[in-house]
Amino acid sequence: MTETKSSSAGSAEVWITGIGLATSLGEGLDANWNALNERRVNVDEKTFAPYIVHPLAPVNFEAQIPKKGDQRQMEAWQRIGTYAAGLALDSAGVKGDKEILGRMDMIVAAGGGERDIAVDMAILNADARGNSAPSFLNERLMNDLRPTLFLAQLSNLLAGNIAIVHGVSGTSRTFMGEEAAGVDAARIALARIAAGQSDIALVGGSQNGERKDLLVLYEFGDFNLKGKFAPVWARSGNGGFALGSAGVFLVIESKAHAQARGAKPYARLTNVVADLAQRKQPGAITKSLEALWSQLGRLNDNAGLITGTTGVEPVTSEEKAFLSQHQGCAVRATGTMFGHTMETQFPLGLALAALSISRGALFPPNDPTGLEVEMSGPPTQIVVMGTGHWQGEGMALVEAIS
Amino acid sequence: MTAPRDKFGRPIVVVTGMGVVTSLGAGKADNWAKLTAGESGIRTVTRFPIDGLKTTMAGTVDFVNVEPSSSTGLTERLADIATEEALEQSGIGRKGDFPGPLFLAVAPVEVEWPQRLEAGRAVGKQEFDYDDLLRISGGGKFTKFHHRFMFGSVAGHLAETFGTKGSPISLSTACASGATAIQLGVEAIRRGEADAALCVATDGSVNPEAMVRFSLLSALSTQNDPPQAASKPFSKNRDGFVMAEGAGALVLESYEAAMARGAPILGVVAGCGELTDSFHRTRSSPDGKPIIGCVRKTLADAGMTSEQIDHINAHGTATPENDKMEYLAISTVFGERANRIPVSSNKSMVGHTISAAGAVEAIFSLLTLEHQRIPPTINYDVPDPAIPFDVVANKARDARVTAVMSNSFGFGGQNASLILTREPV
Repeated sequence: MTETKSSSAGSAEVWITGIGLATSLGEGLDANWNALNERRVNVDEKTFAPYIVHPLAPVNFEAQIPKKGDQRQMEAWQRIGTYAAGLALDSAGVKGDKEILGRMDMIVAAGGGERDIAVDMAILNADARGNSAPSFLNERLMNDLRPTLFLAQLSNLLAGNIAIVHGVSGTSRTFMGEEAAGVDAARIALARIAAGQSDIALVGGSQNGERKDLLVLYEFGDFNLKGKFAPVWARSGNGGFALGSAGVFLVIESKAHAQARGAKPYARLTNVVADLAQRKQPGAITKSLEALWSQLGRLNDNAGLITGTTGVEPVTSEEKAFLSQHQGCAVRATGTMFGHTMETQFPLGLALAALSISRGALFPPNDPTGLEVEMSGPPTQIVVMGTGHWQGEGMALVEAIS
Repeated sequence: MTAPRDKFGRPIVVVTGMGVVTSLGAGKADNWAKLTAGESGIRTVTRFPIDGLKTTMAGTVDFVNVEPSSSTGLTERLADIATEEALEQSGIGRKGDFPGPLFLAVAPVEVEWPQRLEAGRAVGKQEFDYDDLLRISGGGKFTKFHHRFMFGSVAGHLAETFGTKGSPISLSTACASGATAIQLGVEAIRRGEADAALCVATDGSVNPEAMVRFSLLSALSTQNDPPQAASKPFSKNRDGFVMAEGAGALVLESYEAAMARGAPILGVVAGCGELTDSFHRTRSSPDGKPIIGCVRKTLADAGMTSEQIDHINAHGTATPENDKMEYLAISTVFGERANRIPVSSNKSMVGHTISAAGAVEAIFSLLTLEHQRIPPTINYDVPDPAIPFDVVANKARDARVTAVMSNSFGFGGQNASLILTREPV
């Protein structure tokens, strides 16, 4: 399958001017940066044992979602995302700027469907006891579901909540489809700005990984990491991902728009490319990644590479095969430190790339296998990579602004 | 020869293939015949028990069956049917090799009750908790459930089947999703990224929990008897929308590419616009500003004035709130013409196909342009005096139609509009 055409066809240069991070390592840029440099990992091996999750570090939701009523209308994944979106707007210096927010694009990469576990279990248990009268399911759902739960489940209601809480109200699009949704959200937002269809956009996603219903869904496909935590590259024989909780949003805008309002960039978003390999053939993923690499633009020998590698096999081995062809790159796998945040993993990679460039250093390796190596000197180019646990591949190039 | 461009210098985007499935039937011919005859596709639900439900009717597509049964499976099959029809008409590419990207409007996907119950029964205990369920979920017995209930599963299937290029985009903007899928295709062609785009919108999600969810929000009509009379857009006694299933598929191409290969040109997507309402999760801002802004942005995108629009294919859900707000918006932008321009709601007959509605109604708008005949709004017996639209009441109307505005407004403040024309403007 041929790849999606590069989204940098337009002429406008696009800058990343805002970053919002709420993750298992902490809230805000400094907390995450410090944790990365201390090689800290926050995993919970007990609550969902034998499954492992990276729980959200404590955050004060009121700081970004002041109305209790708004918080009550959301489930955790929406609160995390709305919170991170607020951080990104703060970081870009556009929070509360009605004129800009009123024409800001928003593309959210969303999952959804957070369940009411108690309601589900009551129905499943009644069914197990043979109570399967035709009306039973209907009656339980009519009586037991909270009316507002639906709105907390709907994928596009993360965007809806961001609009309500923060006033981002130009355009609003919600992309779905696991990891690829995060790639495509960035790809389309960049393409629109580069082509002059838009000036500024809020892009990102969120996941609450501390959900049994989500664990069940991925357990159906045997994707969950079980037993003992290990870094992503050290999971051979015990492949799988540990779900992570995170909200990540970026503000990206045209250079001209940023300069006109005196905004400081973290980095340039040069290119985002994506593909859907037909994975039935072995090697298809490696080939797809190689093709995407060739479309990114001119790359230095010593670029950094931040990947959302899941730890799932055989996908991870195919990624390793690709990386073995590019040994000059200093690789970092976000899955080790943040867990797998699904739709949010690619925006997370973009955020960490921009943050690294702005801080003048790639964060240190966290990998006992030696695949990740130290990087000397400040990074000028960081490739962000995302390979879906069952479909979808993407890559981006984030660069220093010279 | 210079490439045909619109007045803003962008490639003109035309439609060269369309396919549609609704509760009225499969295909444009069947749907158009029944739509213009004022037939309703709404019926009492027979797919699952309706005991204990407040709303017992819907526009289900009962003539398509998928095994094993699931809403996502039906959603996928409806998309297949609509896409096959669109590609056949368009004649673009080769079988399994569509030369452009896929934009798919699809309802959010989640594990459904039949499958959840199947997994629960596999626990083999009369009393169990979620951890028990987790323990039996792995090991390969339910791998198919993972694949079926991934958000990207329908798009992945369509991309593989029809050979669309690149990363397919699955999107949801609630009731505006179908319009957003078209908008994404238009934008890609205007950027010059693609000469063609496949825009599909599909929804097969009439199941007990989906009906209960909308019911608990008091969004659905409860006028169950007779079901055909339940959907009453713009009527004083309207009481909610009727859930429905369906799919629409459109092949969009640059005018230049379509002419070069001698493709049938069915119409032009002259403009699209969207504007978010940040007022409330399910209600429109009382001043209607976001909807008004959406309609104005769409006109501006097309480079047209409201005088050039001669028919409105309304969102017209038949909820008390929507129809009132839609009149407020249209009357604000169109002035006194709001009461003279023919307005109709396809939802009176096919119900609200939710994620598919924007595309299904865009196709019906293009058929209106082709046949110069406006489908009626049925069940319009008690006009709401607060909504003095010129509703195409109960019988189809022949009219000179050169430009149609099709509106979609959804939960979460999602507003999107399209302008469709017969010829480039």
